[in-house]
Amino acid sequence: MSVDLFRLWVYLAATPLLGLTLTFVAYQLGLWLAARAGGHPLVNPVLIAMLAIAGLLAATGTPYRQYFEGAQFVHFLLGTATVALAVPFFDRLAALRKRALALTAGLVAGNVVALGSVVLLMTTLGAREATLRSMVPKNVTAPIAMGISESIGGIPTLSAVFCVLTGVLGAATGKLVFDAIGVRDLSIRGFALGAQAHGIGTARAFYVSPEAGAYAGLALGLNGIVSALVLPPLVSVLR
Amino acid sequence: MHIKGTASAKIQVMNAALTGFTWLLVLQLAGEAVVRLTGVPLPGPIVGFVLALGALGLAPPLRAPLRAAADALLPHLSLLFIPAGVGVVMYLSAIREDALAIAAALVVSTLGGLAATAWVAERVARWQDGRSRARAEDPQ
Repeated sequence: MSVDLFRLWVYLAATPLLGLTLTFVAYQLGLWLAARAGGHPLVNPVLIAMLAIAGLLAATGTPYRQYFEGAQFVHFLLGTATVALAVPFFDRLAALRKRALALTAGLVAGNVVALGSVVLLMTTLGAREATLRSMVPKNVTAPIAMGISESIGGIPTLSAVFCVLTGVLGAATGKLVFDAIGVRDLSIRGFALGAQAHGIGTARAFYVSPEAGAYAGLALGLNGIVSALVLPPLVSVLR
Repeated sequence: MHIKGTASAKIQVMNAALTGFTWLLVLQLAGEAVVRLTGVPLPGPIVGFVLALGALGLAPPLRAPLRAAADALLPHLSLLFIPAGVGVVMYLSAIREDALAIAAALVVSTLGGLAATAWVAERVARWQDGRSRARAEDPQ
């Protein structure tokens, strides 16, 4: 019996269907737990699904590559969703124009603080140069961050890891931070999530409200474009 | 009769979403093509985002289908991050060197960055609101 089950697992693990189904089921589990927690940001559906699947893969000795054979169909849609972010952005152009100065100032301030603290802490705590360089684009959406990382002498894979960790961290703690400093405006909260926690922060913002999500999507796109143009020359000037 | 009406309205929304999804793929593809042809240092989807903005502005008939597709896709953006996230969790054990520096820098810069973005944006927005209110009260 257990040998049959093992054979079945080996067979199913090799088809893309398992990885794909696992991703959807784990997401449903994450949504269910998040709903039970009343939408508390620390109970993040992405984080729960990530840990559940990674745990299962580790427990069964299934290589990530095999899981990704199926999960790639979901992963692929990230690019399509990025294009779709243009819609909520377009629908709020008038309101955005009114807020352009405030949002630009916030974007610049946030990036100065984030970049400054990364350089300061990584240098004082003695991290290696390549690790530091890999962390520079950590609040940029992963595909852009990997490109930036490569051009400034970082390790693209490591940058992608830092991006996802930053996204999860920002999505989970954003509410606590905004409440602590007394910022209640949903559009500004969403914008900050998109600017500092890119895609995963934007996903959290859409979970809270379409309004917050729209501003998060704007911040993600804007920050990605500006960072891709500004960071590589900035790093080469500083070093 | 009424039930029939809502059912056909639902089908219409689904059709619009499918048309919109087709346009999203076309725009994404166009974005990839632009990146390949011009060598701009941006990923195809970001260029597709800019092209989609142009399409929304210049082609009003595309607005309804693109909206339907975006409304279907964006509320579940979280789902799309799971495969990459799993990869990160499995990769984490490989990061032993610089672990303390990485953890400290990630936490401080993320919380600090969020706070600075939101705080400065709100201050400037309030200052602008105050100024436009003052101007409205005193037109001179």
